[in-house]
Amino acid sequence: MPRRALRLGVAGPVGTGKSSLIATVCRNMAAELEIGVVTNDIYTDEDARFLRASGVLSAARIRAVETGACPHTAIRDDITMNLIAVEDMERDVGPLDLVLVESGGDNLTATFSPGLVDAQVFVLDVAGGGDVVRKGGPGIARADLLAVNKVDLAPYVDVDVDRMVAEGAAARGGAPVLALSRHRPETVDELCAWIRRLAGDHAAGRHTPTDPGAPAHHHHAHVRAT
Amino acid sequence: MTARAALLLFADGRLPAGGYAHSGGLEESVRTGRVRDAQSLESFLEGRARTVGLVLAAFAARSCRAARDPDPLPELEVLDAELDARTPSPAQRETSRQLGRQLHRLLTGMAHHPLLERLPRAPHQPLVLGAACGLYGLRPLDAALAALHESVTGPAVAAVRLMSIDPFRTHAALARIAPSLDRLAERALEHCDGSPHDMPAAAAPLLDVVAEVHATRSERLFAS
Repeated sequence: MPRRALRLGVAGPVGTGKSSLIATVCRNMAAELEIGVVTNDIYTDEDARFLRASGVLSAARIRAVETGACPHTAIRDDITMNLIAVEDMERDVGPLDLVLVESGGDNLTATFSPGLVDAQVFVLDVAGGGDVVRKGGPGIARADLLAVNKVDLAPYVDVDVDRMVAEGAAARGGAPVLALSRHRPETVDELCAWIRRLAGDHAAGRHTPTDPGAPAHHHHAHVRAT
Repeated sequence: MTARAALLLFADGRLPAGGYAHSGGLEESVRTGRVRDAQSLESFLEGRARTVGLVLAAFAARSCRAARDPDPLPELEVLDAELDARTPSPAQRETSRQLGRQLHRLLTGMAHHPLLERLPRAPHQPLVLGAACGLYGLRPLDAALAALHESVTGPAVAAVRLMSIDPFRTHAALARIAPSLDRLAERALEHCDGSPHDMPAAAAPLLDVVAEVHATRSERLFAS
């Protein structure tokens, strides 16, 4: 099988810090991984411009997809534009190790298609309220990683981070939840370690993608029809 | 016996080939006030069908017929250049090729198609649509209808996001112009044979202008 980059989706509501998370990953991992980014904007190419302006990657490694006001569609129902953007970038500047696909900020129900990404991070932030985790949804419940971002702001918005993280872990059956702030280097290190492990697993052929959009499977051999 | 259900597949707005990101010039036409209500929307749609739509339909129909030839590639290449010559706006040419590439990516992802795999990287959309219709057993008339249908449903669906309009009224407009789409599809068929240099060149200069202006906007809902 030809080697291609790990494709990692980053989804979550508007303003939770998806672009910032991607810029942080690029800044901290560009020395060890060849990285490219595809952004999905709603009205403008603001996210792509933000990343270009941050100078963390060369312009050729940042591509914007226009989603016709349907960010949800572009990552799930009709992934063709994103798929072409990812494939073009790998062809033009590859080989790459990691392609980050940033979803246009949407709602709690948007998840990436398994046809587009190998794994996905769902991003929430404390400023959106401590109760968002309890509202659930496929991304919160079943994304490969749930990032609770901007935890440095928690005291100002009356959110108990430990509780938010614990509720996240409970909603996810123990799957990873990361309290994150780009102002707290130890949390950024944790994020990078998670991605490093995933990229290693992908490169070694050990990573099995799971789709948060599909209902969770419960294996009850004793009730399975024969 | 000819295929039928495949036509519905290709004409379906849910076809995952990225068409939903385009308004066919409607966004800029709304912004400049040329389209502002149900009446002007219907005129826009009918005008689009009779000009750009007819040209696209003729190219789709001819590509469909060509796809059944033993070696359709030379003719498809000529048609591609002919459609370039009929698309003065660089932004529209790029959109057409982008949509063609997306449809091509979808079709080659769905199944192995030796002909489609030999097409150049980003053919104009009506050529891919027409060739696909041919490969799935559809007739040139079907390809023409699909191209015309797409030329008006894309903007009509975009209209409900761009204007203050009830979706029932946009579909009422589509239903009213349906008979003229049937007539235009028949006219498109007249160009399936003869010299490809004689393909129709019905133009809508304002659509070319709005496509160019739209491409310079930094804030927009739709890619075109």
